[in-house]
Amino acid sequence: MAVPPIVELREVTKRFGDGPLVLDRLSLAAQPGEFISLIGPSGCGKSTLLRLIAGLSPVTAGTLRVDGVTPDAAAAELAFVFQEPTLLPWLTVGRNIELAPRLRGISAMDRAATRQRVLDLVRLGNRADAYPRQLSGGQKMRVSLARALALEPKILLLDEPFGALDEMTREHLNEELLAIHAEAKWTGFFVTHSVAEAVFLSTRIVVMAANPGRIHSVIAVDLPRERTNATRASRAYLDLVADVSQLLRSVESTAA
Amino acid sequence: MSTRLLRLLAPALLGTLMVTAWYGVHLWLDTEMRFLLPTPVQILGAFRDNGESLGRAALNTAEGALLGFGGAALVGFLFAVVLSLSSLVRASLYPYLMILQMTPIIIIAPILVLWVGAGLKSVAIITFLICFFPLVVNTTQGLISTDRNLVELFAMWRTGRWQQLVHLRIPSALPYFFTGLRIAATLAPIGALVGDYTAGNSDGNGGGLGFQAIIYSSQAKYPALFATAAVTCALGFIFTGAVVALSWLALHRWHDSYERADR
Repeated sequence: MAVPPIVELREVTKRFGDGPLVLDRLSLAAQPGEFISLIGPSGCGKSTLLRLIAGLSPVTAGTLRVDGVTPDAAAAELAFVFQEPTLLPWLTVGRNIELAPRLRGISAMDRAATRQRVLDLVRLGNRADAYPRQLSGGQKMRVSLARALALEPKILLLDEPFGALDEMTREHLNEELLAIHAEAKWTGFFVTHSVAEAVFLSTRIVVMAANPGRIHSVIAVDLPRERTNATRASRAYLDLVADVSQLLRSVESTAA
Repeated sequence: MSTRLLRLLAPALLGTLMVTAWYGVHLWLDTEMRFLLPTPVQILGAFRDNGESLGRAALNTAEGALLGFGGAALVGFLFAVVLSLSSLVRASLYPYLMILQMTPIIIIAPILVLWVGAGLKSVAIITFLICFFPLVVNTTQGLISTDRNLVELFAMWRTGRWQQLVHLRIPSALPYFFTGLRIAATLAPIGALVGDYTAGNSDGNGGGLGFQAIIYSSQAKYPALFATAAVTCALGFIFTGAVVALSWLALHRWHDSYERADR
């Protein structure tokens, strides 16, 4: 392994205060450019794991390295897309995207260029002056994604970003996300409840088990990286979805 | 369309009924007791006879109200920011804020007169005291009710406390601040009037509306007293209207309360 991992977990353990064990000795290494989905029954700690990588919450034991340093030290390389669009309602789409760069002291000219580039990426190039409430749910999520991309992160953390959207919108956004990933080459961590979504997007899928949260298995997705709507009809894709679903069911039944 | 017409007609009709009833009561009273309820025409007459003194008094009261209201908006906002810093600060200061609010103005008024003298200063301070509480309570509530998800977002960006306050907490508290401002706007002219009544003097060539009310009452100018009430009411409408307009300017583009139902 010539390239050092961009995110590395060694025996990472998490508990909140005196509470029960939330994550139990997780080990995982992600190579730059990978797209890793985290899937598992609710309560398996997949969102907690994302928050640990984000540095929003400290690990209890073990080591977690992001870009070779602690998550806190790597904060500038991380961006987070939350379950909700979490847009500031009093700012226009454009100003929402520019806010974090502005707070980091990026010049107005650079900000405007970045804003336009990321809005074009999510196909909302003409909505910079709209207020969030004028957008649909899918559009808001696109803006949220664009805002994260504007930070030009090395690692993008996505916590079930499309969970609240309808099936069609979700599939569209998945395809867009893949295209953006192919172009920008960040490393993605993606929490989801949808096996189909995980298989479609990922290079690897981490299946987690609950009580305490732990990694059950890691599945490599051996599909060509170029994925289109046709991929969803392919034999290999459907087999993999069936396999992962089967695996997930067995994980959930042993947990119960 | 017909509902819109009805919405205009209904209050007009009710107003007509009320004026008719008003005249009815006036006429029903014995002739020597009719001074108790002057007719609208008599009140309009009082406007004509006392127009100048009423106008001056209204301006004097408006000045006191505006000073007290503006001061309360500014200081109340800053005070709310301090209160929002921590629950310990809130726990320490809230009891004293409550004491301030619970102390009756008619007790405070003579003390103020003793301290700063009767007139505009006292009137402005009394208005300030009346407007302060709703402003502080509402704004503080807004500042501590910031959307948890947005706070998390700012944590992700590793912003400082000051940036979080300026770019997140204050903007998201604006709707609450304007709610406080609206309540304060209805209270300000009344506060100035009460202040003037209890701690006013004849400064500004005849004092404010409260001071005039005392004079009219002592001179048995009852229609003028009713006219004073009407002027105070109009002042309240102007204050509230200005705040409603300000609130619209600040919020209509983004806040859900201005969302049109037909969208």
